[in-house]
Amino acid sequence: MTITLTLNGKKITDQISADCLLIDFLRSHGALSVKRGCETSNCGLCTVFLNDVPVLSCSMLAARADGQTVTTLEGLQDEAEEFGAFIADQGAEQCGFCNPGFIMNAIALLRENPSPTDDEIREYLAGNLCRCSGYEGQLRGIRAFIDYRQERSRS
Amino acid sequence: MNQEKSYQYVNKPVRKKDAMALVTGKPVYVDDIAPAGCLVVKVLRSPHANAIIESINKDIAMKVPGIEAIFTWEDVPNQRFTMAGQTYPEPSPYDRLILDQHVRYVGDPVAIIAGADEACVNKAMKLIKVTYQVLEPLLDFRKAKDNKILVHPEENWRSLCPVGADNKRNLCAHDSCQDGDVEKVLADCDVVVNSTYHTKANQQAMMETFRTYCFMDMYGHLNVVSSTQIVFHVRRILSHALNISPSKIRVSKPRIGGGFGAKQTVVAEVFPAFVTWKTGKPSKMIFTREECQIASTPRHEMEVSVRIGADKAGTIRAIDVYTLSNTGAYGEHGPTTVGLSGHKSIPLYPRLNAYRFTYDVVYTNVMSAGAYRGYGATQGLFAVESAVNELAAKLHMDPVALREKNMVKEGDVMPSYYGETANSCALDRCLARAKDMIGWDKKYPCTDMGNGKVRSVGVAMAMQGSGISGVDVGSATVKLNDQGIYTLTIGAADMGTGCDTILAQMMAECMECPVDSISVFGADTDASPYDSGSYASSTTYVTGKAVEKACEKLKEKIVKVACQALGCSPDEAEFNGKGVTCLTSGSFISLEDIATRSMCGNTEALEVTESHSSPVSPPPFMVGMVEIELDRETGHVDILDYVAVVDCGTPVNPNLARVQTEGGLVQGIGMALYEDIQYDSKGRLAENSFMQYKIPTRLDMGKLRVEFESSYEPTGPFGAKSIGEIVINTPAPALAHAIFNATGHWFRELPITSEKIAMAD
Ligand code: FES
Repeated sequence: MTITLTLNGKKITDQISADCLLIDFLRSHGALSVKRGCETSNCGLCTVFLNDVPVLSCSMLAARADGQTVTTLEGLQDEAEEFGAFIADQGAEQCGFCNPGFIMNAIALLRENPSPTDDEIREYLAGNLCRCSGYEGQLRGIRAFIDYRQERSRS
Repeated sequence: MNQEKSYQYVNKPVRKKDAMALVTGKPVYVDDIAPAGCLVVKVLRSPHANAIIESINKDIAMKVPGIEAIFTWEDVPNQRFTMAGQTYPEPSPYDRLILDQHVRYVGDPVAIIAGADEACVNKAMKLIKVTYQVLEPLLDFRKAKDNKILVHPEENWRSLCPVGADNKRNLCAHDSCQDGDVEKVLADCDVVVNSTYHTKANQQAMMETFRTYCFMDMYGHLNVVSSTQIVFHVRRILSHALNISPSKIRVSKPRIGGGFGAKQTVVAEVFPAFVTWKTGKPSKMIFTREECQIASTPRHEMEVSVRIGADKAGTIRAIDVYTLSNTGAYGEHGPTTVGLSGHKSIPLYPRLNAYRFTYDVVYTNVMSAGAYRGYGATQGLFAVESAVNELAAKLHMDPVALREKNMVKEGDVMPSYYGETANSCALDRCLARAKDMIGWDKKYPCTDMGNGKVRSVGVAMAMQGSGISGVDVGSATVKLNDQGIYTLTIGAADMGTGCDTILAQMMAECMECPVDSISVFGADTDASPYDSGSYASSTTYVTGKAVEKACEKLKEKIVKVACQALGCSPDEAEFNGKGVTCLTSGSFISLEDIATRSMCGNTEALEVTESHSSPVSPPPFMVGMVEIELDRETGHVDILDYVAVVDCGTPVNPNLARVQTEGGLVQGIGMALYEDIQYDSKGRLAENSFMQYKIPTRLDMGKLRVEFESSYEPTGPFGAKSIGEIVINTPAPALAHAIFNATGHWFRELPITSEKIAMAD
């Protein structure tokens, strides 16, 4: 079958098999930030935006993205860099394999709720597993980023 | 010996060199850089725990369009090897073939399938017809020694080192050592604890599963690009497995998505390497999470029996440890992990009248174990630290006071740690600080909250090593380039831990230059100097020292070239990072000009390689204390506060040391409370996905607080010891202790799930 979708601002049309998963479609179109960490929708590594809403691309058929807009970290480089710098300043990026999914979801959280509490952060990101960091450094990074943004908007 | 020194780049929270690439999702991992058009490699796995392959019919499978090759046991060299990434001759027995007619666990490879894409490979896999002679499996490791079922009956099994292995007894290793008469001292003790503890074959569960891609290059060399901690060992192991010269193999690694020891074993590499060598075509193998769970290289399951005796006043007089370790179907890391269960637990209490440590490592028909952060010390410390807590309870003594009285202090000789002296040890300060941070005196042992919930605290200490003494080799090549920038080439592998950066920090400190002036390259067997690899907590301590040594020599060479330009002698010249000054004439030549000069009419290479190995392995130490809230009805445990105080010598990068600690604590918490491994009567593993194998999420870990109490290790680079492994060791014993303080039950088997707690009453 043929699908057409907008990936990171670019319209693409391609032939796919009916059982093609969105994650595989995206990786084969150069969105290599999208990672697979499991086969059971448990790890959150493959998080992308479908029309600005975070979804697990491993659990969605590419066909369902037909006519829609998909954004991966490749399409959010400025935001990733700005936010990611705060993770990097904690050394919390570690191996980095979980980072794209985690950062996509953190961006989604902060778009929805610009000043979340620690518990709201933990709750929202609960589906993003990380085996390296123990999560605390990620939390410190998010907090520092929120502080920086609030500081900036005040001045 | 606390030499507080101030540094410019060491002991500073420098950002990791690869950080921005990682947070922006750049394609830096194996599967991101594998060329399109690689053959996809998968293996058909045995459904039986113990069976002989009678026949394999691949005719129909070969007809699936896109299939390139299918290999079976008849196609591979009949030469046994080990997949353990260890220094040659490996202590792990040579008990593997790439494919074997005898399959020894559910998941053991039966056939290698290579094809144009995943779909055709999966289709072909279903069409391979295998008939098995199914044998009774040996699943209970307590019954394995001298069982009539032999996991390795074959005649060409061999053990290269005297580790006490005997395949005709299902023994992968056996040893015993002692100092003093344990039986006599124990008989004379006022109080003796005698308990047995059981830990499971936990999965490293790194987010990036095992993966490798291979291609033939323009020299006819087999190139292996792999997510590995051990490029040089991979080259040697592939040369053994494929029976080809190592000169024909090049192994390199890109960024690694987590290792934790899993990638210290050659899990994925042999299959695509074999395919590319045979077909000449590029290929890749990407493990699924399920394969990672059922056919990889987890922690050794151990049953550790501890007898510990003390006098009434709380002086610990004797410790006797017996460890039974389950290496599973193959012996990777079997003979070595077990040693740490005693040698890195008993020495916490060095002033004993006697100790004894005995072990057996047995083969069974379950997945082979391997290396996982902590490497046996984790299991041993769960047992010994739990036994010390049980002893405190029996003595009616505060377990912190019992430790204060008996624990290792700086300057102590540790007989059970190969007689080494604790030349750097701030464990006493760690304990005092942790006690203060958590408010031990107020909270111990527990507070009934009056709503069915109890709050309680628990404590444990830990140690590890810093590299394998007399074995591990770390090397560094340092080079001055155009415009005065440096290259640091290493064979150690940064697996997210940040060794590229901390080694560059050390070089920056030596060369008095910004970290950004140093470009780090590695690891690549054709370009890097030899390094055993990143394991055994060796990189900071061993490779770091090599960096320091290489920089000293490079400075001398730079001065030499500078002196030719300045017309002065080296003893009149001074290097200051920016260039070289002639102290007599006051003339100066910049680093940039020296570099330029070195590329024109020069005969002095401005490049140095140095190797380092250490005769000792100075232990880092730490204390973990936890406060929990336990629901008596459901058995649910909430971690309220976890306090960890670590002595890793000088923390080279405090940010990275902190995150290492936090990451290790959470893995340890998973091991203690959630992560279970259960086999059914046929040897099938229940926890074959993240759905069943529950690793901690960010809702499971409570608040973690990490602090450092640093000693100064005189043999380490800038006073540093290791940090990577020790940090996983305290949660299991500390949580078991807190749960005892809340419930009055000792849980001696991990994980301590809510169900077990609720059922215990
Ligand atoms: S950084 Fe390695 S899994 Fe999160």
